[in-house]
Amino acid sequence: MSLLWTLLAPVAGSLLPLAAGRRNRRWLTLTALIPPLLALLLLSLTLPELLAGGLPRVQLSWMPALGLDLALRLDGLSLLFALLILGLGSLIIVYAGHYLHRDEPDARFFAYLLLFMGAMLGIVLSDNLLLLWLFWELTGLASFLLIGFWSRLSDARRGARMSLVVTSTGGLALLAGILLIGQEVGSLALGDVLAAGETLRASSRYPLIVALVLFGAFAKSAQFPLHFWLPHAMAAPTPVSAFLHSATMVKAGVFLLARLTPALGDTSLWALSLSLIGLATLLYGAWFALFERDLKGILAFSTISHLGLITLLLGLGSPLAIAAALLHILNHALFKAALFMSAGIIDHQTGTRDLQRLGGLARAMPLTATLTLMATAAMAGLPPFNGFLSKELLLAATLDSRLFGGLGAAVTLLVGLAALLSVGYSLRLAVGVFFGAGRPDEPATHDPSRSMLAPGLLLAALCLLIGLLPMTLAAPLVTLASRAVQGSATPTLDLALWHGPSLPLAISVVAVLGGLVAALRQPQLARIVALFPRRDARWLFEAGVIRLTKASLWLTLRLENGSLQRYLALLLLTAVAMAGLGLAQVERLTGERGVQPLDGMLVLGAALMVFGAVGSALSHRWRLVSLLMLSVVGLSVALTFVRFSAPDLAMTQLSVEVVSMILLMLALFFLPQRPPPWVSTRRILRDLLVAGLCGLVVASLNYALLTRETLSIADFFLRESVPGGGGGNVVNVILVDFRGFDTFGEITVLTLAGLATYKLLNRMKLFMPAGNVEGIHWSRHRHPLILAVIAQILLPLALLVSAYIFLRGHNQPGGGFIAGLITAVALLLQYLARGYDWTRQRLPLSYPLVAVSGLALATATGLASWLFGYPFLTSTFGHFQLPLIGELELASALLFDLGVYLAVVGATLMILVNLGRVTTVHRPSIEEEN
Amino acid sequence: MLDTALWISLALIVAALAMNVARLARGPDIPDRLLALDTIYVNSIALIVLLGLWLNTKVYFEAAILIAMLGFVSTMAICRYLLRGDIIE
Repeated sequence: MSLLWTLLAPVAGSLLPLAAGRRNRRWLTLTALIPPLLALLLLSLTLPELLAGGLPRVQLSWMPALGLDLALRLDGLSLLFALLILGLGSLIIVYAGHYLHRDEPDARFFAYLLLFMGAMLGIVLSDNLLLLWLFWELTGLASFLLIGFWSRLSDARRGARMSLVVTSTGGLALLAGILLIGQEVGSLALGDVLAAGETLRASSRYPLIVALVLFGAFAKSAQFPLHFWLPHAMAAPTPVSAFLHSATMVKAGVFLLARLTPALGDTSLWALSLSLIGLATLLYGAWFALFERDLKGILAFSTISHLGLITLLLGLGSPLAIAAALLHILNHALFKAALFMSAGIIDHQTGTRDLQRLGGLARAMPLTATLTLMATAAMAGLPPFNGFLSKELLLAATLDSRLFGGLGAAVTLLVGLAALLSVGYSLRLAVGVFFGAGRPDEPATHDPSRSMLAPGLLLAALCLLIGLLPMTLAAPLVTLASRAVQGSATPTLDLALWHGPSLPLAISVVAVLGGLVAALRQPQLARIVALFPRRDARWLFEAGVIRLTKASLWLTLRLENGSLQRYLALLLLTAVAMAGLGLAQVERLTGERGVQPLDGMLVLGAALMVFGAVGSALSHRWRLVSLLMLSVVGLSVALTFVRFSAPDLAMTQLSVEVVSMILLMLALFFLPQRPPPWVSTRRILRDLLVAGLCGLVVASLNYALLTRETLSIADFFLRESVPGGGGGNVVNVILVDFRGFDTFGEITVLTLAGLATYKLLNRMKLFMPAGNVEGIHWSRHRHPLILAVIAQILLPLALLVSAYIFLRGHNQPGGGFIAGLITAVALLLQYLARGYDWTRQRLPLSYPLVAVSGLALATATGLASWLFGYPFLTSTFGHFQLPLIGELELASALLFDLGVYLAVVGATLMILVNLGRVTTVHRPSIEEEN
Repeated sequence: MLDTALWISLALIVAALAMNVARLARGPDIPDRLLALDTIYVNSIALIVLLGLWLNTKVYFEAAILIAMLGFVSTMAICRYLLRGDIIE
């Protein structure tokens, strides 16, 4: 279980710096150090089980239906990475504490850094591919935040966006690959997948899976040609670059390759893709590193090159090559983190990272020079540093490889060339910064504080120590990691600086000499390179992004031009097109049930409805008349519900009709009083066509449906209503019980809409016309007496009816929704009759509170069923004997219904009363006389 | 006997509705149309009650009550709109 806490420490700990408060930098740095150190401690608790040959695992079920478990494992490979992530992470936190400028939002920085650390730790500890993918995306997100940390710089924003787009596109491909693996294997658990290598390799979809997974891994690990985001990611603060280039982000890709080698590796497709892409990346990165002027740029291209090296080794696939890849992951992380730290120090102390402007710093900054030179030597692969070991192994593995057949010698030559180039750019970096002539106007610089140097020096010392004592320091860890990747095939490592004269050593010597020449002749080389136009995938990317933005802007403007008519037409036409396809078979339109007979009542209702609909369309330029006509439609719909025995619906329709009429009258007051100018005949014809088509399709659908026997679930509800829900009114039982969750969602939306309206209207001031459309001044009688009296008399009666309809709702027509609307209308009537202030004084209710408490009550009723061990919103009912009233059936659904009632009352009044209130304050002052 | 009475009242109410609709369509003024709408509401109460009598059921009674109780509120809102513009002051 401590494994879970190991992961949770940095993930949850990312909140710690935010909570720590702004005391001072030292305090904040210490706080940020707690999570990684805690995680290291917890990791060491798990370690004995791993060393004893076990496989420590944690498994918690999360979403079993999707195959997603919160499953973690610690094997050798995870251990290697976890140590790098946590160890380097801690050092980088210490370093960042000194690096960041005083007034930067450092708490946020540390929080992002810890999140990044936690995400990366999640990748390496995951025992489930889907979980791994989740953390994979989380690293992308965290790195986006970190690269764009200096968001005021456009470079930072662009670099962040580019890395996010490239790596998360890769992430999507990876997800597809993982899902395909899951389909082939039948499980996403890592153990199952790794054991199913045979199945996967035999599958017909194997090439597709490999392509998708490799795309994801290469995008993350900056392999050619997806490498272009990495040099731009150096816009990040240097501690981030140090972390991103050494232990996290780019290492996630090679980690994934190593992780999936048992499942997907060992085919020529895998081996050739990895080794060729790796070789290309190795050379490409090394070549361009030689011509960079920016310190961090050299390091970024060198990272690309070294990642290519690791990919190449993984591709070669021999036991020795894989072990060498793991060793190089460790070595590269150590020297690259140290180098970025020193680049940050140089930038920090001199204010520039440009090689042309730097020089001769060895005298002024002796400690920085020591640190940088050691790490650079490791990067160049010089003895006695750790980089030399992995380079020798690489050369040996290349020489051994049978992968390229007759071309093997050429591959070895190319690897030697890359080694030569890496010596070249390392030399150029070291000499350019620390030796030679400095700027004449150079202000005096000096080493930074010891504690800022300490992390880098520690890493540089490790590079040296691993070089000197590889069998003690590196071999056990690498062997353990290698065992996790290739099991019993793990070679016994024989790491040493001196193996006697051998071919790899000879190549190394030649490479070092060649590197010297390359570094000396670099200006001439650069002049030759400058003759060729530089083609960068980045430009392609930027152009693509711009084109995509333009295209989507064009589409958006076509679809969203601000015309409601356009939106409506598009929506309706889409619906018509979708439904019209099915209706193409006109001859089968009439179903087997035949047509029902007409009666007088139906004809009457239909005539009324048609009259209202046509009338409201015809009179659309006279808004009030149009509304009156619309009201006829509403009434006839209610009558139709009555005719077809749906009293619940009829009552709902009637009360909604009233409420919406009040709403429309309120809104109409604020709309332009003059009707819009007459539109062209062409547009009217177009609208007629759309409306006609839509009506035709809907009518045909209705006709087709009503003349068929449909399999309906009505029978189930009718049968189960009384035994299952304890109510005779099926409609209400469905609302509050069977489909209670839907109702719950609806009242939530209603309350939210009400609250949003409330907020939007809060400070609104609107233009208020002084007279009506004809220009006649408003009447001076504010509150006619008859209306006031009737409204007051009606209130108790309406509340009584509302209570009655609410209480009997479970068994007979009614329920919380209708009752809520009735109450709302009765209260609104008071506002209409006596005005806002008068009613407000007598009814000092906060409607938002009413609505929210209704929602809370409904939630509480739902949650209460958990107390009894039932799912959310399970209802119960019982019969009770009450004095005077007699036997009464009470269902827990009644409480839920009360919540619905309160939410409806609160939301309705919240919207309407506040809309009405908008005018009260700023009314033009034509006052009544009496 | 009841049947005959029902038929006669139905015919009368339908005739009344037809006239309401005609008034609503012709106007000429907003108040005319408003009154027509209000009368349609009143007549539909009668229609619902008749239906209840015809089918011998009480289920529809509440719908009729609702129209009687709330139907006039929308008419009132429109009246206030015509008189004062702003219906909640």
